[in-house]
Amino acid sequence: MNSGLVSTSHLLLGLLSTGTMHGYELKRAHDTRLPQARPLAFGQVYATLNRLLRDGLVAPAGQERLAGPERTAYTLTEQGRAALDQWLSSVEPPMPHVNSPLFTKVVVALLVADVDRARAYLVAQRRAHTERLRELTALKTAPSATVDDVVAADYAIAHLDADLRWLHTTLERVADWHREVHS
Amino acid sequence: MTQLQARGLVKSYGPTPALRGITLDIDEGEIVAVTGPSGCGKSTLLHCLAGIIRPDAGEVSWRGHRLDTWSEAARSRLRRTEFGVLFQFGQLVPELTAAENVALPLLLAGTGRRAARTAALTWLTRLGVAECADVRPGEMSGGQQQRCATARALVTEPRVLFADEPTGALDTLSGEQVLTQLVRVAKEQHTSVVLVTHEPRIAAYADREVILRDGMIDHTGLGLDAPLAGGSR
Repeated sequence: MNSGLVSTSHLLLGLLSTGTMHGYELKRAHDTRLPQARPLAFGQVYATLNRLLRDGLVAPAGQERLAGPERTAYTLTEQGRAALDQWLSSVEPPMPHVNSPLFTKVVVALLVADVDRARAYLVAQRRAHTERLRELTALKTAPSATVDDVVAADYAIAHLDADLRWLHTTLERVADWHREVHS
Repeated sequence: MTQLQARGLVKSYGPTPALRGITLDIDEGEIVAVTGPSGCGKSTLLHCLAGIIRPDAGEVSWRGHRLDTWSEAARSRLRRTEFGVLFQFGQLVPELTAAENVALPLLLAGTGRRAARTAALTWLTRLGVAECADVRPGEMSGGQQQRCATARALVTEPRVLFADEPTGALDTLSGEQVLTQLVRVAKEQHTSVVLVTHEPRIAAYADREVILRDGMIDHTGLGLDAPLAGGSR
């Protein structure tokens, strides 16, 4: 899968561009818009907001006290909007390094063990990938699926599909690869 | 209930073996994907199960009856009434409209013209291509054509649908729309589906995946020549 780091800062700036929000609302908006993403902890939301505040990219926009503790709402500054715009205009480097854990694990298996060990791993990984592919397919075809769900599942399915193709071809090549590693 | 049962199917084309002993059960309402690399025997298996060709050895049973011993006429009758068949492309009659194409199997089975057209329109609507009813295949997109072909394969409400790479000629999004609707309708009708595909993402729509390799079912799960110690399923 894609190992590129997601910029939480830019994500929060993007969510704030839709209107003023406090930390809890940002977390909720994140979970709605990116339904299958790695969970975003509250602590990370507040730490990121503090950093954005320090850099002048967001500004406090008043406080409110509901049932719980006092909450600060944040708004995007001009500088924040410019930073967001710059980020949106830049292209992500298309896989500058090949550093998938799948790839690394097969390399290490061939170094420390033999072809069977590498194959056993590839078989197990293929099974896990196939199961996840089925889960995501069920999720996106469920009548209750939103477009957010479908687009997120599409992204993961396309990457799992690519991984599965790699797993297949690597299984065919693993014996040759092992000979090369140990030659 | 088991709809189709294959036992030890063997089939060769001249000296080239295509199936080398396939044993498989398909239950009512079950969607089974048959996958594997090119030339592994997927399509030959589908043709044997659908009674289109006879195996050289082994048995195919349809709800307990030995299909492989039936005459071509009897198998053909079964294909018209109980089976639906869907291929990759080029199945619609180009001179007929979508509604006429979909009505065709019903007309051949003796249904009246008006009832056949009504059923055709219902099925085109279910597959999301009602707007194509009076359009000829040449004026439709590939996705629309394939959905019409799916409607035609399902209009007789078959117990089993055989689909050989049904999305193979379509772009990702069109293929997905065809497949989503096919699976939804099959589930509603409790129709079993034998879905031949070489794509993992298409096989993921099925309830179960059977992987073929060199004419045999690959129980290792990944096309290996021999099961792995502790790694096979």
